[in-house]
Amino acid sequence: MLRIKRVPTIVSNYQKDEAEEGAPRGGGCGRNCLNNCCIQGAKLPLYAFKKVNQTETEKGLLGHETKELPVEFLDSLLLGEWEDRAQRGLFRYDVTACETKVIPGEYGFVAQLNEGRHLKKRPTEFRVDKVLQPFDGSKFNFTKVGQEEVLFQFEASEDGEVQFLPNAPVSVENAPSVVAINVSPIEYGHVLLIPRIFECLPQRIDHESLLLALHMAVEAGNPYFRLGYNSLGAFATINHLHFQAYYLAVPFPIEKAPTEKITTSAGGVKISDLLNYPVRGLVFEGGNALQDLSNTVSDACICLQDNNIPYNVLISDCGKRVFLLPQCYAEKQALGEVSSELLDTQVNPAVWEISGHMVLKRKKDYEEASEENAWRLLAVVSLSEERFQEVKALIFEAIVCACNANEDIAERPHEEADDKPQSREKVDAVNKSTCPAMVSGTKECLVLHLAFETQSETTIKRAYNYKLSQSLFVGNEERSAPSDAMDIVCDPEWQIDECYDDKNTPCWESLPF
Amino acid sequence: MDSQLSLIEQSFNNRYSSWVRDALDDLPDNFTITDPSISGHPIVFASRGFLKMSGYSREEVIGRNGRFFQGPRTNRRSVMEIREAIRQERAIEVPIVSKKHRRNNGVSFSEDGEPGGLREIVFGSCRREVCSDSLLDLDRVLALDSDSRGLEIQDSCEASDLEKHRAATAIDNVLSVLINYSESTGRSVCGKRCNLPRMINISSSLHISLGRIKQSFVLTDPHLPDMPIVYASDAFLKMTGYDRHEVLGHNCSFLNGLDTDTATLNQIEESIRTERACTVRILNYRKDNSSFWNFLHISPVRNASGKIAYFVSVQIDEGSKNQDRHGLSPEMRQLSAVGTIKVAVRSLSMSAGTSKS
Repeated sequence: MLRIKRVPTIVSNYQKDEAEEGAPRGGGCGRNCLNNCCIQGAKLPLYAFKKVNQTETEKGLLGHETKELPVEFLDSLLLGEWEDRAQRGLFRYDVTACETKVIPGEYGFVAQLNEGRHLKKRPTEFRVDKVLQPFDGSKFNFTKVGQEEVLFQFEASEDGEVQFLPNAPVSVENAPSVVAINVSPIEYGHVLLIPRIFECLPQRIDHESLLLALHMAVEAGNPYFRLGYNSLGAFATINHLHFQAYYLAVPFPIEKAPTEKITTSAGGVKISDLLNYPVRGLVFEGGNALQDLSNTVSDACICLQDNNIPYNVLISDCGKRVFLLPQCYAEKQALGEVSSELLDTQVNPAVWEISGHMVLKRKKDYEEASEENAWRLLAVVSLSEERFQEVKALIFEAIVCACNANEDIAERPHEEADDKPQSREKVDAVNKSTCPAMVSGTKECLVLHLAFETQSETTIKRAYNYKLSQSLFVGNEERSAPSDAMDIVCDPEWQIDECYDDKNTPCWESLPF
Repeated sequence: MDSQLSLIEQSFNNRYSSWVRDALDDLPDNFTITDPSISGHPIVFASRGFLKMSGYSREEVIGRNGRFFQGPRTNRRSVMEIREAIRQERAIEVPIVSKKHRRNNGVSFSEDGEPGGLREIVFGSCRREVCSDSLLDLDRVLALDSDSRGLEIQDSCEASDLEKHRAATAIDNVLSVLINYSESTGRSVCGKRCNLPRMINISSSLHISLGRIKQSFVLTDPHLPDMPIVYASDAFLKMTGYDRHEVLGHNCSFLNGLDTDTATLNQIEESIRTERACTVRILNYRKDNSSFWNFLHISPVRNASGKIAYFVSVQIDEGSKNQDRHGLSPEMRQLSAVGTIKVAVRSLSMSAGTSKS
């Protein structure tokens, strides 16, 4: 088994010390974190949203006299709290001081030059070979962030009315979801939504969490505040369930792409193909209620993750449109199909990049950024037409199945809540039981991409295109193949620094460059 | 609400002579005119044809934002396209499904329509929106205002060449009426505007974004001599008692008076010099010379190049400091205004197509 050491992009100021300390802390760690040691008596603002179906919340409709709506409340809360943290100096850099531009062209890809995001940090061991992995409490997770990094608690209101409490006690029993800052923001207002934080869920979509994320988009009521999700294997970062979100008041290229309707689900959700866009994907819109949209999308996501297909999700237009993008950048890399030119840019095609917002680390790439380059990179991310059709078939099958077994849906979140920290075997067992009909030939996207920093921080030499051996593509049964642990490089939050083999010796030299 | 209606009234009366409404009403086309310089980017005029087509009365439409007509079947991508066109101040033509309002009709639908019925109606009613580029230019040439106007031409569903032609003709007609009727007041409007430094020109898209913010604030441009105010919010004018034209182009120092503490002023100056945010409590004066304690927050605002474009000053009159109905503290609302402004200025200066320096 190969293990990989990577440098995490710091999302919390308490992540920095992880490598140095390692040992679990206990008994009032003195950092005012969210763990048992510090959570007693903690208070955080609480925003409880009204659970209504979507048509009622349509801002333009007459029912609500909302014609003079100022900046929406959640929007104000989030922006205000975020600005407060900015002025308290909690962020690693001022993202508004990072140069950004719309690249000329039909689609208007957005480029940002962000040289400060990847500082030299001690690498942490990380292992990604599957879209679903059990939660590991010894790794960094969001219960370790400082309370000052948490902006507010976010939940459905008990009595059905919107509620805001500036100082609500944090009660672990109530399983609060929280919104925390990302201390390495890629745009203004970059936050993480961590559903039921204390349940320590792994990065894995379930019905309840996706609905929560959709609610956040609806509540913010700002078309330029979008939420995104990266699965493991699709440049997810930390294996603790989270969505990301930030403000960028320009349309994303993916939002401009034309669509072609495939079908409308039983719940009224319109499902379309994304057309004329470098990454193939599906667009979900409408639905008789927000719940319908949420269920359909989460059924699709669950299908993908159960089939070990990495994917990204973009929630756009105030929760009215959801983009689902299965991806295979890693697979392409493994097969040596990604040019070194592309890899050199270190752009990691996670949800934001796929949506058309590119964060570039080198000035040269920023200055030379063109629609053509962006397109070329994203084209590599996309599944092939053939593979996409296969995946689509899987998704539609899952959506139909889920509709037929409609009653189960309400039960499912609880079932999922149960599987927090558990052994790997158990997860495997779950995988096998929930998706017995694994498509033969399903490829696991495994790749090795090495990055090691030299004396100079900005020069990062990387070895890549390690062509993994035949054992790469396996069904569930053969998961223990030696190439198992290989992973993708340099996503926005991680960089691989070193690679270790079984005997704990660095092994990149042995790789065929 | 009344104050907004009077703003809308003003928006028209200041720029055009009194018969402009009648002249516009004589046009057979279906259109609305919106004013991005007013908070909420409301419709300021709706033609007879439009009202007939949409089924709304004039009172129901004036003061609303155009998104009022969107319904569940409205194509989200088209909405986004319109939003972007307005942002970039360019013309756009899109077919869009709109919500129609029926009343006194054999078929009974409630105001917002039951989902089923609504869909049925909406199906037949399509709308093409055209934001006129040329009108923008005219506004500038005539120095009417720094704002721009969006026009919406209503039309039937499929955009045939004939219909496109009709829309274009309609736009031309509307434009020529507006030009005509503004010429007669042109001088006075020009006279007023000429008092302002020419550089003060905030793009209309930024106007729309800033107009949504209810707090009292001003933007000042540190690149212009004496760091003048280039934008003042309605709440600021209300709080200080000045008219917009009395503050635009002037340094904020007119707020200070006899008992204003110079140490505090130095502190502000220092924070501007070092390009840092600062919060102070300062004694300020209204136009009527009454004084108030201003809980003032100042912060640099950067554009897409990462350079400081403006400083924003958000004021809270300590005398009327109260929680809003939801319970966000005044300080938090102050910071949220800063956040909103930072996002708007940064994002709106990103594309080359925007008329922002």
